[in-house]
Amino acid sequence: MTTETLIWLIPLPPVLAFFLIVLFTNRNKALSHTIAVGAALLSWIGSMVVFVRAVGVEHLGEHPFESSVNWLPLADSWFRIGILVDPLTAVTLFFVAWTVLMIFIYSIGYHNFGQPEGDHNHKGLPPHGATIEEHGHKHVVPSVEPMYSRFFAFIGLFAFGMFTLVVSDNLLTMFVGWEIMGLCSYLLIGFWYAKPSARDAAVKAFMTTRVGDVFMLLGIVYLYSVTGTLSFREIFTETTLHTLATIPSGVLGFSTAGMIGLLLFIGTVGKSAQFPLHVWLPDAMEGPTPVSAMIHAATMVSAGVYAAIRMFPLLSLDSQTMSIVAFIGAFTALFAATIALAQNDIKRVLAFSTISQLGYMIAALGIGAYVAAVFHLITHAFFKALLFLGSGSVIHGMEHGVLHTGNHKVDPQDMFNMGGLKNKMPITFWTFLIGGFALSGFPLITAGFWSKDEILADAFAHNLPVFITLAVAAFLTAFYTMRQITLTFLGEPRTAEAEHAQETKWTMTTPLIILSVFAIGYGWVGIPEHFPLLGGLIPNWIHEFVGGTLAEHPEALDFNIVPLLTSLVVALGGLGLGYLFYRNVNSAAEDKLQIGFLKNKYYIDEIYDVLLIKPVTWFADKVVYQIMDKGFIDGILHLFGPGTQRIGTSIRNYFDLPVINRFFGDGSANATYWSGVKLRVLQTGRIQQYLMFALILFLAIGAVLYFFVLA
Amino acid sequence: MVPLSWYLIFSAALFSIGLFGVLSRRNAVAILLGVELMLNSVNVNLAAFWRYGNVTDLAGQVFAIIVFAVAAAEVSVGLALVISVYRKRKTVIADDIDMLKF
Repeated sequence: MTTETLIWLIPLPPVLAFFLIVLFTNRNKALSHTIAVGAALLSWIGSMVVFVRAVGVEHLGEHPFESSVNWLPLADSWFRIGILVDPLTAVTLFFVAWTVLMIFIYSIGYHNFGQPEGDHNHKGLPPHGATIEEHGHKHVVPSVEPMYSRFFAFIGLFAFGMFTLVVSDNLLTMFVGWEIMGLCSYLLIGFWYAKPSARDAAVKAFMTTRVGDVFMLLGIVYLYSVTGTLSFREIFTETTLHTLATIPSGVLGFSTAGMIGLLLFIGTVGKSAQFPLHVWLPDAMEGPTPVSAMIHAATMVSAGVYAAIRMFPLLSLDSQTMSIVAFIGAFTALFAATIALAQNDIKRVLAFSTISQLGYMIAALGIGAYVAAVFHLITHAFFKALLFLGSGSVIHGMEHGVLHTGNHKVDPQDMFNMGGLKNKMPITFWTFLIGGFALSGFPLITAGFWSKDEILADAFAHNLPVFITLAVAAFLTAFYTMRQITLTFLGEPRTAEAEHAQETKWTMTTPLIILSVFAIGYGWVGIPEHFPLLGGLIPNWIHEFVGGTLAEHPEALDFNIVPLLTSLVVALGGLGLGYLFYRNVNSAAEDKLQIGFLKNKYYIDEIYDVLLIKPVTWFADKVVYQIMDKGFIDGILHLFGPGTQRIGTSIRNYFDLPVINRFFGDGSANATYWSGVKLRVLQTGRIQQYLMFALILFLAIGAVLYFFVLA
Repeated sequence: MVPLSWYLIFSAALFSIGLFGVLSRRNAVAILLGVELMLNSVNVNLAAFWRYGNVTDLAGQVFAIIVFAVAAAEVSVGLALVISVYRKRKTVIADDIDMLKF
């Protein structure tokens, strides 16, 4: 099979799985997850084959795998859509395929496949335990998710959206995949739809990303109107880019390229939860943890960064746009890191951590560090998915404890209820540790170190303020990560529930182990050449391969000791200080960092509520509904309705009844009757009178005939 | 010979008298007498036109004979009807036989 055909087929199995599950196998849990995991496996095999073949091609960037077909007929030509696999796509396919497969397998265990049905499953709520008799006494065990197949259907659709986005060769199908993922994000965050918090979070996610999507669509339309094409290969040609860079857009001194890039970037701001559209991501933790892992760590938010990276040749044409991108990225990185310090829910910390790390990637892009951004995107996907799946495992362990003690008031996600889980859940602990170290940038042996170091090195060389911001954010990252690990795993169990936690099943721990292999090893494909001691031993494959995507291969940086030292100091310092500060903290009251405005996310949600939500809701109610809809439109209708009725009634009363009914109808009847009454007098029955009439008439007619006709 | 017109006037006068009788007599049988008189006047007319026209053509005479026959038949039927009505209605006055009124 040619590589191009294989690439076309990669997105197909998950969407088939979606349809099969929705239409046929909804009731059969085993069949549903088999179809879903089988589909993910097929896409994984396809992606791996394509990746291996792509890696083998010299200068893939200059002649990537591409194939397109005519799709929409235009006036005198066709709009074509197709697939494109250049180096960027290849590495993205690699991590997307792996993380998707791992999360699909994890979901089997997470939703408690094989466990008994719950005692009383409420529709749309998470399951909470089944009582079973064992050795004479009852105890409550975790029960299987009642909407099991639905989950796999949705994540199948989601995987389709992501694969479509990654392999497409034009902005339109990329946007299609983008929107499909937005929809699935809504469906999956609101998976437990009976929880009002989940419903609200789903709407919030969709609305916020929609704001970004509207601007992105504007950018796409603008681009099409200027260049007449949406295909990447056609946009990123010398002549087109030159045209776009030189035409001014007329707005605030941006060139057309800059304006388009800015509009498209706003889409990324929404999708990848950058400030100011970051508000949906923490609330999105309402969804099941595999959803948080896949959508909000490894794939969907990465799609936003992928889109920005894809449009890098366009963005880099305008320095104003690049400054905005760098600023938003760096600001978000620091901003989210500060908030993460004060969060107590294990998933919230990771949510803000995601926002912060995405800020890293976008800041890298903004300062022109293309390869660094891609590198961090890949490593982040692996270790963040690992961390989220690990947190899901922790939560499962805690829920086991909660079911054991029966005390449902204990929040299994609050880190201050945990502690000492290192001994209870060893695999989870070690894999989480690896993931956390990767996130913090633990030197040399974790992938996060290499990618983060690359970004810091680029920042130091090009943009000192960004470097300082990112360095501070890195310190905070290490600090809150160690805080999280210390509170969750180290020390002694703080509650009875933590005491009774236990390790989760192999379907959940195996993906953790596999992902941690990547979290450690993936960094070694990107060791810079001039790195002391280790540089040059293994070629910097990432730089060579991914750098080939751009028309001009980016230069490798000269080595500078300052960023390396900085990253060592902030990583180790942050980890160490985090451990020292938190190893004796046992409750939220003792935690000095529980500052109000940090815990409440700088009150941004409240500000948005007052500034935006309330006015819009007021406007929607008072103006659009009351005045325009009920008053104006209904008013017109009320004019037409009764008016027509009145016309009808008057026609009936003034014409129909008197003229048609009375005059013609009754009139003719009466006329006939009265003429009969009057004329019947003639019929006397007396024959002599008849004869007399006949004679008279005969004479009369004869006279008329004789005198007038025959004369 | 006398002029033809004398016969025709005579026939017309007879016809008129007969017609008057039909229209004004009370008794049904008297009406039938008037009818007879009209038929006879027609016969006079026919005979006159035969005699003062082509005498070799017998059409006039034949027609007169037919009229006789028809008159006879008609009188018999008429009288039969009058008798039948008398038996039912006990009257022969034409004005009283008005069952066919509205």
